[in-house]
Amino acid sequence: MAQKKGHVVSVNGNMVNVRFEGDIVKNEVAYIKVGDTRLKSEVIRISDGVASMQVYEMTTGVGVGDEVEFSGELLSVELGPGLLSQVYDGLQNPLPELADKCGNFLQRGVYLDAIPDRDWPFTALAKAGDIVVAGDTLGTVPEGSFTHHIMVPFGLQGQWKVESIVPDGTYNVRSEIAVISDGRQKKSLSMVFDWPVKKAIGCYEERLMPDEPMVTKIRIIDTFLPVAKGGTYCTPGPFGAGKTVLQHLTSRNADVDIVIIAACGERAGEVVEVLKEFPELVDPRTGRSLMERTIIICNTSSMPVAAREASVYTAATLAEYYRNMGLDVLLLADSTSRWAQAMREMSGRLEEIPGEEAFPAYLESRIAEFYERAGKVRLKDGTIASVTIGGTVSPAGGNFEEPVTQATLKVVGAFHGLSRERSDARKYPAIDPLDSWSKYTGIIDQDKVAKAYGILARGNEVNQMMKVVGEEGTSLEDYIVYQKGELLDAVYLQQNSFDPVDFAVVPERQKESFDILYDILMSDYDIASKSDARVFFNQLRQAFLDWNGIALDDERFAQYREALVKTYTQKVRA
Amino acid sequence: MQKVYTKIDSIVGNVITVRATGVRNSDLAEVTTSTGKSYANVIKLDGDRVSLQVFSGTQGVSTGDSVRFLGHPLQVSYSDALLGRVFDGSGKPRDNGPELDENMIEIAGPSVNPSKRIIPRKMVRTGIPMIDMFNTLVESQKLPIFSVSGEPYNQLLARIAMQAEVDLIVLGGMGLKYDDYLFFKNTLEKSGAMSRTIMFIHTASDPTVECTLVPDLALAVAERFAVDGKRVLCLLTDMTNYCDAQKEMAITMDQVPSNRGYPGDLYSTLASRYEKAVDFADAGSLTILAVTTMPGDDVTHPVPDNTGYITEGQFYLRNGHIEPFGSLSRLKQQVNSSTRDDHRSLMDAMIKLYAAYKDTLEKKSMGFMMSDWDEKLLRYGSLFETKLMDLSVNIPLEEALDLGWRILAECFEKNETGLKTELIERYWPKE
Repeated sequence: MAQKKGHVVSVNGNMVNVRFEGDIVKNEVAYIKVGDTRLKSEVIRISDGVASMQVYEMTTGVGVGDEVEFSGELLSVELGPGLLSQVYDGLQNPLPELADKCGNFLQRGVYLDAIPDRDWPFTALAKAGDIVVAGDTLGTVPEGSFTHHIMVPFGLQGQWKVESIVPDGTYNVRSEIAVISDGRQKKSLSMVFDWPVKKAIGCYEERLMPDEPMVTKIRIIDTFLPVAKGGTYCTPGPFGAGKTVLQHLTSRNADVDIVIIAACGERAGEVVEVLKEFPELVDPRTGRSLMERTIIICNTSSMPVAAREASVYTAATLAEYYRNMGLDVLLLADSTSRWAQAMREMSGRLEEIPGEEAFPAYLESRIAEFYERAGKVRLKDGTIASVTIGGTVSPAGGNFEEPVTQATLKVVGAFHGLSRERSDARKYPAIDPLDSWSKYTGIIDQDKVAKAYGILARGNEVNQMMKVVGEEGTSLEDYIVYQKGELLDAVYLQQNSFDPVDFAVVPERQKESFDILYDILMSDYDIASKSDARVFFNQLRQAFLDWNGIALDDERFAQYREALVKTYTQKVRA
Repeated sequence: MQKVYTKIDSIVGNVITVRATGVRNSDLAEVTTSTGKSYANVIKLDGDRVSLQVFSGTQGVSTGDSVRFLGHPLQVSYSDALLGRVFDGSGKPRDNGPELDENMIEIAGPSVNPSKRIIPRKMVRTGIPMIDMFNTLVESQKLPIFSVSGEPYNQLLARIAMQAEVDLIVLGGMGLKYDDYLFFKNTLEKSGAMSRTIMFIHTASDPTVECTLVPDLALAVAERFAVDGKRVLCLLTDMTNYCDAQKEMAITMDQVPSNRGYPGDLYSTLASRYEKAVDFADAGSLTILAVTTMPGDDVTHPVPDNTGYITEGQFYLRNGHIEPFGSLSRLKQQVNSSTRDDHRSLMDAMIKLYAAYKDTLEKKSMGFMMSDWDEKLLRYGSLFETKLMDLSVNIPLEEALDLGWRILAECFEKNETGLKTELIERYWPKE
């Protein structure tokens, strides 16, 4: 098949129009030849024999008449063993290898193999004569602490017969391990295959309700605003409210097998912190380096905009790939607003009719499509696996009434809104407990949580009222409710991420803490005056915080717990 | 290929269109008009129609004027000969020195590979206590100075340029008043700092297009010096003018505006400039300090808002000094543990007491009785403001810390400061 060719007819920023001959495919990848370099681009519109392409690189030096080669393939990523602990750009270029090759700066037009070229010890599971379909496991290789399934490429249609498969042994990742045939044609398979990023990977039996909590070890989330495995959530917040810190904490502590971090259009410095810290940190689940369960897709704000648009899809595809091996995967995207802005820039160049704040009209459907790639599924072998997606949103001016936040809120299952007020008061994590919501069930009994919520809301009302009528005008009863709300906030909702004990709280401990807190909130006390109440709740807060700082296996744990219980039970009205 | 075209099809805003072939995107061209020569660069290609933006504006350009393509993008000369020189927004000398055309480098080059970056670890000493002590500037940091117009932000930048412990200063001025330009030039010359300074200056009366080129020129030069092992500080003033120039050009190009008339790619435009800040493992570093004036003191205005999402903290300049509240250096944790062991604790304690002073001030203005403690706070507050917050104070960090202890000792008893006993015993001034 002769390669399709074309020629550049116009250039406008990172959009290039190309006149082509023959048939081309929408969303296929093409390369613009500028001197010796080939610039990767994607066909995003075809009209009257002219293809509009978004270029994933800077278009400096592109001229009218430059030759364009069409690849015939959609924008794809390589799937296979060796993806874990890698650092990629938005198009799955491995950044450390790129640095070895090109030095300090990102040179355009250099594309390297995503999957490291190495040998893996392969164990065959299928045998010659077996009938297989797309997604079936042919064999496994050990990747870190995981059993990496080598699967039949997801794109194959119908039933295939295994003609031959190599015996157990060590093979190069790209060498042939099996030959399959569907009666008409034969296919040689290696451990690596491609998949177009913008298409969700299927090959599972059915989708299930996300009903199992994904523990983050952050109290306010696990108890009050839970996230489910296979669910979706978003974290909007103004700058400086701690979105990225919260995501980093989640990526370290989340109770999942694999974490994929998509740093999409944010600061490079923040990615560097992850890059340098994760290899040093230990994953409490496996005892190995945290980096071994992490993949970083890093398309920071100064890297080409079009590749930023692709980066979240790349991340989602890798997540789905590992899900199909029966693993629980968490995808963290920071920030989806930058991704939406990349779409807006492209839409502007295509001269599409703009919607609100110049975002394209398809903004909502694209956001919905992305979050819908999350889900809990049952695979064909009965294993339950999931992809959970958490995205940050950076609304302009910190105002949630903007298109990206609103479109996201429509499709996610939990909303963790960060507030400037709380972050200014150094109340971290700065998730606003009253504005935020979650549709999932957490680790604590729903009724109890609802009652605790009631006290928090009522306490807040009293506080607002007190600002007008003063402490004198507030009844003692109301004042105690207000103090209870403040206590709940101070000892449970807030969590010190710098404290070696408090930064991650396991579910068992959350349950124990919550039970005591619940008892405190629901009890009536012998309190004579407001100053009496203030003193009492201050003591209580101190005792609770002291206990929070003691590790579970510390011998003083029970002693501090006792101290706390004694502090409040002696005041309880008989 | 240096063909000359003499038929300009259209002139709209600062953009001209000619019919030409063999032209490449971003290429530079020279437009010769009856009033002189100007550079222009290619911003759009459509068949043989080439759109160029003319740096000096299109006033007085005739449809018969000649356009000569130079076959390369805008470049800037890079060598030690730049030191002490002043250039305009197209890279031409603004002083009376010779034009430099050796060792030309490209501007707005590719970004640094994130895997080559390192976690910042060195502080930049400025001699200004409000920065060194309370919001330490760190090498490779990008920090804006949020300010209302009328505040002495240029005076602050000039002080930093004179005092900062770096090898090299690159100053980019956008939409500067001519007086401000002269102020920078005179101050730096008088202090002797000019010999380590390079200036790219666009004044308010210069053509708009040149305003948008200043940060690229300044950062390209600064970046190269950093790659060659120098510790460079790039000062930019004022980024709001830069964004307004971008807005003006986007609107003349018929781009759909997104928020208050600013183009949709404002974030990317700003980010790709600010992200030039870097610390190399085996070379120098580039630190960026940029003034962003806030129209109407509104931090949610698109320019400061987008900037805040990009930068690593911010300094608020208000009432002539750097505000202790709201100002934040996100990277200070990386360095202030290794300066002196009392740095963090003293910083926190002094800020807490200053916050208490502000409360007292409020109480006083409402006519409440002042207690002994209030009197102490009032005394402390005024000492703090005159001895540490005043921008003209120029002392090294260690002296500033000692001064902090003296101020505390002058106003409070030891146990009123909330500091650890162990620190107090070591640092509390002896009579």
